[in-house]
Amino acid sequence: MNRLKKIVYNCHKATFLIEKKQIGTITLREKIELKIHLAGCVICRIFQQQSILINRTVKELFQHRQMKLEDDFKKQLQQRIDEELTNQ
Amino acid sequence: MQLENNKEIPAVNNLVEPQQWVHKYADYLYTFAFNRTNDEELSRDLVQETFLAALQGMNKFEGRSTESTWLTAILKNKIIDVYRRKSSGLINRKDAEFEQHNFFDQEDGHWNDAYRPQLFGIEHEDPVLNKEFIHFLQMCMQKLPSLWLSVFTMKHMDDESTKTICSELNVTPANFWVIIHRTKVNLRACLQKNWM
Repeated sequence: MNRLKKIVYNCHKATFLIEKKQIGTITLREKIELKIHLAGCVICRIFQQQSILINRTVKELFQHRQMKLEDDFKKQLQQRIDEELTNQ
Repeated sequence: MQLENNKEIPAVNNLVEPQQWVHKYADYLYTFAFNRTNDEELSRDLVQETFLAALQGMNKFEGRSTESTWLTAILKNKIIDVYRRKSSGLINRKDAEFEQHNFFDQEDGHWNDAYRPQLFGIEHEDPVLNKEFIHFLQMCMQKLPSLWLSVFTMKHMDDESTKTICSELNVTPANFWVIIHRTKVNLRACLQKNWM
């Protein structure tokens, strides 16, 4: 099987390239191969859509989360810092 | 500094205000740590360790970055230490329990029928508004082997360069891409299993 045929039928390789393309770079040849694969493979197109969705969700989710420490713990922390400062 | 040898002057750098740290940064650092460890107790410890390390090192702080950036950098290093500890040495229970699936046919690389991606039906929505989806996503992330989760988190939350991640976590570039791919395939499959 030649190289082109291999990628056209290989979802393992195609999904690998989908991941690599999103956060790194793939070669021009790989881009073309992936394009050809995706043109004919609806399942990998779904994978790609959902992979992008996951990355976007992770990024947004953690940017917006704001958590709070309990007041007691903060008091302890403050005391600890004050002690360290007087000992210095 | 002119007053360096003057013993009367307390060794407090005037670029930092340690008395204000808890008030100004504790919640922020706690959130930062929790996002990357998903462990409340560990995150509290990390915040405390960060402040103590900063107190030790504050005379060396030259004000080239803001106080907040400096504290965050200290915390970041501590989190990477946690990642390293978790992903090296003895395999922990979670990693031992992690099940490897054959998502693809080993001969031709086709999707195996049981693992074929199906539409979730929310591909075009704003995912952050979907609480259920987020719940499953977090749950599925926690099932990942420690090293994979560390790589995934550093890449997607901190936008670290591939080079940095490889050197900090001691993985080869080739292995890095294998991890990135396996993580996503597993994460997606876990979401599908719980979502559908």
